Amino acid sequence: MKPGQESKGAAIDLESISKAYGGFNALDGVSLRIEPGEFMTLLGPSGSGKTTTLNVVAGFTDVTSGKLLVGGKNVVGVPAHKRNIGVVFQHYALFPHMSVGRNVAYPLTLRGVGTAERKARVARALDMVKMGDFAHRYPSELSGGQQQRVALARAIVFDPPLLLMDEPLGALDKKLREWLQLEIKRIHRELGTTFVYVTHDQEEALVLSDRIAVFNRGRIEQVGTGRELYDEPTTLFVGRFIGDSTVLRGEARSDGASTALRIAGETVTAPRRMAGEARPVMLLRPEKLAIRRPGQSAAGTTNRLPGTIAEAIYLGSGSKYEVRLADGSTAIVRSPLTGESFGLGEEVELCFDGADAKLLADDSTADATLT
Amino acid sequence: MSAHEPTTPSAPKRAGWAWRPFALTLPALVLLAAVIGYPLLTIVLRSLSEPQWGAQNYVWFFGAPINLTVLQRTFTISAWVTIVCVICAYPYAYLMTAVGPRVRLVLVLCVLIPFWVSGVVRTLSWVILLQDSGVINSLLRAAGFDGIRLIRTQTGVVIGMAQVLLPFMILPLYSVMKGIDLRLMRAAQSLGARPSRAFFTVYLPLSLPGVYAGAIIVFILALGFYITPALLGGPRSTMLSTLVQTQVLSLLQWGRGGAMGVVLLVTTFVLLALAAPVMRSRYREAGRS
Repeated sequence: MKPGQESKGAAIDLESISKAYGGFNALDGVSLRIEPGEFMTLLGPSGSGKTTTLNVVAGFTDVTSGKLLVGGKNVVGVPAHKRNIGVVFQHYALFPHMSVGRNVAYPLTLRGVGTAERKARVARALDMVKMGDFAHRYPSELSGGQQQRVALARAIVFDPPLLLMDEPLGALDKKLREWLQLEIKRIHRELGTTFVYVTHDQEEALVLSDRIAVFNRGRIEQVGTGRELYDEPTTLFVGRFIGDSTVLRGEARSDGASTALRIAGETVTAPRRMAGEARPVMLLRPEKLAIRRPGQSAAGTTNRLPGTIAEAIYLGSGSKYEVRLADGSTAIVRSPLTGESFGLGEEVELCFDGADAKLLADDSTADATLT
Repeated sequence: MSAHEPTTPSAPKRAGWAWRPFALTLPALVLLAAVIGYPLLTIVLRSLSEPQWGAQNYVWFFGAPINLTVLQRTFTISAWVTIVCVICAYPYAYLMTAVGPRVRLVLVLCVLIPFWVSGVVRTLSWVILLQDSGVINSLLRAAGFDGIRLIRTQTGVVIGMAQVLLPFMILPLYSVMKGIDLRLMRAAQSLGARPSRAFFTVYLPLSLPGVYAGAIIVFILALGFYITPALLGGPRSTMLSTLVQTQVLSLLQWGRGGAMGVVLLVTTFVLLALAAPVMRSRYREAGRS
């Protein structure tokens, strides 16, 4: 969106939406406010409710209870074809018996747009996705990436105030996916439409989104910018789903302003207390951990845990190590290229500053859902 | 294969062997040549050589108005049978794609069971249903309506033939319909098409190859029908095959019977050639490139 330009996007309000299939709650009281023109990603593992939420907004799935407002109007019960919402599907869903041009013209034909204006708008939409030269081709003559760009043109050609995308890049290879992510970002900027994007790929979510809603088992765990979710996860599930992380579990003891965990005979402390009754665990990001050889001085770090190098991966920009700790768990450490390098099986010490550890309530289901 | 032959094939030697896969079709070709090719050739030759060499049988055929009337009627009845089959088979085949595997099995069995019953038996059961004192007319009269004449009419022939030929329409339609991605209908709706519009602009065009395939099979089979029109029809619904039978078996006019067969065959080819451009759908060609 250009500065000063009025947003053309619609606001979406999901108000405690539930969807039950028999005894199974696909959605369990989902509430979410999406601002006009925002790029919102619904992120979560398969079966977490993100696609169901998208289908509810599109009108493909009805709700068991709750309210759905699009642009301030309750659309529960309104059939999909009356909602005026663009949808891009993972499987492209181009009509194989129509040329690219006729595919993109389809929503305009349905709306009775005149021939001249229709042609102009089809050309504009195809140009926007850089498929202007392909109007006479048939979908079967296009690659997956090209088909998805045509599907995108078809979903925006009728200027919907809201565009839904259901894992649109899921069937494409990595290089193409990364390029199309940038294209989608550009198109979002140019259109100013509200985008709701479903993915299970957290990197994709970080690249694209203004904000991300993390889904787990039919509920939203946390909504925030990528940075907020990475730096300040409020649940163990979010902390583990976004980015690499190390989770330290042990016998917990809190006194006043600090929390200590006892792990296989060693004690680590964080200068913080966790509210509530739940068992606390410590979550650490890879760049907040360091590896030292035993006995080496480690200035500035308050905690040490012995372990052995289980995996060493050279990444070009640095190295990534997996360190097996005495209690059998694994820590992930990213160290800069300038640091020392360590060999497989080497005895090391894992060091970190207690202030960098996030204290989160333990949730054994977080592991089950992620693996 | 002998033991000293090299295990790795050398490309230049094998270059001339590209026709070899076609050798697999040889048994079928031999059978077709024996049971179709040879009799067909005989019929063409006899139509031109009996009682003497010349076109006399064709001159006779086109000279007798009754022959042309029957030829035209044969095509009309076949066209009606085809239309009735499309109308009955389309929703049935669609239902087969929409239900679960168990119900689908029942539906398939319902289509196939008539195949296991002899055509004569099936046609005779239609006689029981359709005759003036038959089940349908009894029910109509019991309900206070006048009886309708079904047996020995073209309507009766069309009903009986459509029932026999229905499976040949349902099966090709089903095989095309089960390949149609129903998610396209959802996409059409998201673009603003109400369900009926989505059907006519997306589903129907995509199912047409199945309609065409079934229609061609049903139409061609109907052209050659003999038993059903003979048992259910009257003198005013005679089809060409009945005339051929009369010429060959009653009058021993093999030449005239042969000429009739050849005329039917050629007319069918001409009609198919005319229909071909309509049936060739653009997107399938595109799919091949």
